[in-house]
Amino acid sequence: MKNELRTSFSSLTQNEALARGVAAQFCMLFDPTVEELSDVRTAVSEAVTNAVIHGYGHRNGVVGLDLVKEDDLLTVTVRDEGRGIEDIELARRPFYTSMPEAERSGMGFAVMEAFMDSVEVESEVGRGTTVTMKKRFGRNG
Amino acid sequence: MRLTLMKEDGILTARLSGELDQHSAAQVRRELDRALGDPSVKRIEFDMKEVSFMDSAGIGVILGRYRTVSGRGGSMGIGNAPRNVERILRMSGVYTLATERSMR
Ligand SMILES: Nc1ncnc2c1ncn2[C@@H]1O[C@H](COP(=O)(O)OP(=O)(O)OP(=O)(O)O)[C@@H](O)[C@H]1O
Ligand SMILES: [Mg+2]
Repeated sequence: MKNELRTSFSSLTQNEALARGVAAQFCMLFDPTVEELSDVRTAVSEAVTNAVIHGYGHRNGVVGLDLVKEDDLLTVTVRDEGRGIEDIELARRPFYTSMPEAERSGMGFAVMEAFMDSVEVESEVGRGTTVTMKKRFGRNG
Repeated sequence: MRLTLMKEDGILTARLSGELDQHSAAQVRRELDRALGDPSVKRIEFDMKEVSFMDSAGIGVILGRYRTVSGRGGSMGIGNAPRNVERILRMSGVYTLATERSMR
């Protein structure tokens, strides 16, 4: 049975904790391990932070967070209608950041990849970015 | 995020408690930089025991403070990280910059 939760919220950093909380709560449907739960919280936090600070650059905007459960598969989508990414391959490279002066480490995408099974990035300059992440639960018993 | 700071013998110990993300990073940065404004501080030690959540924004905070102390010939320590925090610290490579207290 498919189960979906679709949310959207203002692009404010204070909503990061809220987004993590919503994602974690949705994941309870999978009867997750502590580690699986922490993986999803961290990946969601990375994607939402990117939408807020890179996508909108602290301007007002709307971040979409969709969560879908199909059996033991979770699909998380984080969407912004911000500035978009010019070179996705470069952006995804570990330790690449366009904001080194702001003490960014360029680890966001690497963290998403490490903690989820797959990460897909679609982006159009001036239009926005959509990050789709998948994770299968119950792998380790 | 709550921050408890202790200064002794040129060592600043920062005990972090709660969630360290982009939102709380600004406050943590501000408080740490105020304490690091004292040039006699030659080493910063992060006690991560009470950190319940951290993402890459936290790595940025740690690396930035490391830059400050290493710029004055100092060093950094990181300890007590819970499992979820430990994973992200390892991924980032910050442990390779950290040293034990006796090596300061
Ligand atoms: N939603 C987005 N909109 C526009 N640009 C983005 C978006 N997400 C990521 N980027 C670009 O991709 C780069 C890499 O992102 P990543 O999350 O890996 O690192 P970072 O955010 O710069 O640093 P960190 O996540 O370690 O704080 C960013 O510096 C930014 O240029
Ligand atoms: Mg990021």
